[in-house]
Amino acid sequence: MEEVAFFIGAIGALGAAAAVVALKNPFYSVLALVIHLVFLAGIFLLLMAQFLAASLIVVYAGAVMVLYVFVAAYVGGIEEPKWDASPELRVIGPIMAVALFVAISIAVLGSGLAALGTPGPDDIPAGFGTPEAIGHLMMEDFLIAFEAASLLLLVAAVAAIVLAGRRRGDKGSGTEQRKVLVKADEQANAQVAGNGEGA
Amino acid sequence: MTATWAWLVLLFPLLGSLTIGLTFKALPDRTAGLIGVAAIVAAFVCGVLALIGLQGEPSESRHVASSLWEYANVGGLKIDLGIYVDPLSIFMVLVVTGVSSLIHIYSYSYMKSDQGYHRFFSYLNFFVFSMLVLVLAGNFVMLIVGWALVGFASYALISYWYRRNTATKAGMKAFVINVIGDIGLYIAAILIFKNLGSVDYGTVFEKAPEVFSTNQWEIVAICLCLLVGAFAKSAQMPFHTWLADAMEGPTPVSSLIHAATMVTAGVYLIARCHTLFELAPTAADVAAFVGLATLLIAGTIALAVTDLKRIIAYSTMSQIGYMFVGVGIGAYSAGMFHLMTHAFFKALLFMAAGSIISAMANMQDIDKMKGFRKAMPFTAATLIIGALALSGFPGMSGWFSKDEIIDFAHFRRGMYDWMWVGMLIGALMTAIYSFRIIFRILPGPACEEAQYLIDKGHVIHGEPKNPATNEVEDTEVGYPGEEHHIAEQAGGMKFAMAILAFLSIVAGVLQIPGVDEVVTKFLEPTFENSVFAHMHPSTGEAWLGLTEGGLISIAGIAIAWLLYIKRPDLPGKFRQRFSAIHTLCVNKWYGDELVDFLVTNPVKAVGRFCNRVFERFAIDGATAGVAGLTRSAGAAVRDIQSGMLRGYALLMLFGILAIAVYFLIRSL
Amino acid sequence: MDIEWYIVLSALLFTVGFIGVLVRRNPVVVLLCLELMLSAGALSLLAFSRMLGNQDGQVFVLIVLVVAACEVVVGLGLVVAMYRRRLPLDVDEMKELKG
Repeated sequence: MEEVAFFIGAIGALGAAAAVVALKNPFYSVLALVIHLVFLAGIFLLLMAQFLAASLIVVYAGAVMVLYVFVAAYVGGIEEPKWDASPELRVIGPIMAVALFVAISIAVLGSGLAALGTPGPDDIPAGFGTPEAIGHLMMEDFLIAFEAASLLLLVAAVAAIVLAGRRRGDKGSGTEQRKVLVKADEQANAQVAGNGEGA
Repeated sequence: MTATWAWLVLLFPLLGSLTIGLTFKALPDRTAGLIGVAAIVAAFVCGVLALIGLQGEPSESRHVASSLWEYANVGGLKIDLGIYVDPLSIFMVLVVTGVSSLIHIYSYSYMKSDQGYHRFFSYLNFFVFSMLVLVLAGNFVMLIVGWALVGFASYALISYWYRRNTATKAGMKAFVINVIGDIGLYIAAILIFKNLGSVDYGTVFEKAPEVFSTNQWEIVAICLCLLVGAFAKSAQMPFHTWLADAMEGPTPVSSLIHAATMVTAGVYLIARCHTLFELAPTAADVAAFVGLATLLIAGTIALAVTDLKRIIAYSTMSQIGYMFVGVGIGAYSAGMFHLMTHAFFKALLFMAAGSIISAMANMQDIDKMKGFRKAMPFTAATLIIGALALSGFPGMSGWFSKDEIIDFAHFRRGMYDWMWVGMLIGALMTAIYSFRIIFRILPGPACEEAQYLIDKGHVIHGEPKNPATNEVEDTEVGYPGEEHHIAEQAGGMKFAMAILAFLSIVAGVLQIPGVDEVVTKFLEPTFENSVFAHMHPSTGEAWLGLTEGGLISIAGIAIAWLLYIKRPDLPGKFRQRFSAIHTLCVNKWYGDELVDFLVTNPVKAVGRFCNRVFERFAIDGATAGVAGLTRSAGAAVRDIQSGMLRGYALLMLFGILAIAVYFLIRSL
Repeated sequence: MDIEWYIVLSALLFTVGFIGVLVRRNPVVVLLCLELMLSAGALSLLAFSRMLGNQDGQVFVLIVLVVAACEVVVGLGLVVAMYRRRLPLDVDEMKELKG
């Protein structure tokens, strides 16, 4: 039973992952990633990580992917141009990545870790991976890491606002200095765009 | 308690220097001057309180070592940030802070029109702080710190008018020569640590007699290295050439640093290390003979040169020569006493000279000065008092102090009798050159500047120019200001000079042979283990010596009177008759040229050689080679920096893969 | 199921993600592929956590998720900023780092 569940999950997750990479339209890629995450959550359940499976669905497949969808919709479903600056990457890249996979596989299969060949111990504590157990761990043993992570989130949120904040068009509060800055900004943009075309 | 007061002595000048230095934009000039004066006066008061605390102790335990914290503790070398308070250091503290207070008060008025007023007082306070570190140091490392700091302060103050070429050059010269002395001190400290395992005064002086036998070569080497430091700082032969040039600094600086305090540091050093010098009598004799040579040579130069400040500078060298002889032959308290009285009358002479030079619109040539007796009566009076004290006129302070040293040399007999004769000749020259100043400046018809002062009641304003080169100058910052004040018109200067004049006259009563001998008794705890502690001439011999000294001084003054008043044509005739000697003296016995020939030119030649060979081929070649290597390596790997994000990702993948493969291969 | 299966699956997902980063040029898709790689890492952490019977690994995964979320926020912020400045949405066009 477990094997069936694993293979369904594994094939689904891998297929969706391949779709993320393969699909031309980023919008579809995002949707493929959502499917991937759903299958991955199933595998998480097999590893007795109920809380993480739930948070993966809720936070990731739910919230984060909505963000992706928004952005993909905002910037439009831009197809990648046919022209490639470095076509050799299309060949070398996958070869090297597969080589990495082979290396990792050799490392895993050839390692002396006897436990790797088992499904893991049976005498795990009751409530392994439940929200309660993780909550205790987080609030007791990993409090500082937890707080640091929350601070990181705050910083990232502020950074996103600064990065994506409105720069042009808000004439209501614009001071002279700001206008000058915007002008300089535009000039720089024009120059960059010109360079881009030139290349 | 004594230690606390001693630390406060150090604290106030440092605070003053920092406050003035850091607030130079915020505070008005006058406030800065007042802070400077207040800091030094506070230090003096703390010094007096420390003295009282120290005198409260029984005489055998009259020394306090105190440490704020550990400065370093490495490989058995333990250095405390410590001070050592005993009668000798307190004596120096009182002389330094006392004279400094008066000179600060003098400068407060004298420097009024100068643009760098804050800077001046900040430096001056810093100098006092450094000097106090030097005299209060509790170990040789702190001594070196203080020694180097006064060297810097001296450099900064000589070059105080930093846009004057001659001043900056003189500052550099002083600094370089002082650094040679510093090196001597370093080597001495290293040798002391190597042989005695400590740099602490207490331990060193206690262990030295056990470790060394008399005149063992190590102790002689240590003392000679100490002497290099002492000679350089105190402008003794052959390191004397910087002091005359140091007169480029403002007059209060000459007065404080290059007459009263810093240049006597060498004397203090020998007195402080007397235990070591008594173990190395050869080195002590070297000190005494160098002192003798310096006092004679400097005396002859002082007879010949015509620059007012330089005459007094050579006289300073000569008087420090007396002190070196004193501490070299074991007359420690006499040497220190002469240090004190010299500080009084030499500071006074410089102050009076400063007053006259400002009246002359910064001209310093005594050939051009005449008739200041009427124009500046107060300055004239102080100048005469200073000259009398300097020449050792009976009753004045210099009479008691100088003749005590001379007398001690005679008392020790043997070869020291030669020193006695030399010093008597020196005393005669001292009297002649001090009254040469008096008789040429004060009497006679008033010169143009003096007449202007009498008629108009204020100082003549000449075109500002460099007295050494006659170059026309500015009065902006970095040059002397509009004018310097004269004592007659500035209360502060008058006050400081009056006190010093009073002290120059009466300081001798501290040390009347057979009557009180306060200084000797006060310093006794420091020198009690000295072999000369209980060797001193009897009262009768002492008075005999004083009588001789007094007669020589009067004779010298009489000769000066004969030469410069009665028969003013005589000096010219002498000059013609003995033109070779005169040229020798005017050119300072070719000291500078000798140093150039023996040291500077060879060093320059080596430098040129190194420039031509090492710099061109080795250094330049190496630099060019490294640069070329870097450039070609950069060119080789430059293409990797394509700016392609995906390219970087691929490179990263390579890296990860390489690491993975490496570990896989290793685990086989 | 043996733990090694999970590890191999994780390695495969990671490889697929890496290939995506290398061949795709749309920054949004590149970010998605980074998500793939991160989730592959999370999966291996969970597998080892199960292998050792220790829940600490699950907390690590949670932190990884947080970091991934931060990365998404900043990355998408950059994408939006690029779009606003009318820059081409192509990672190959961003060559300011060229030496």
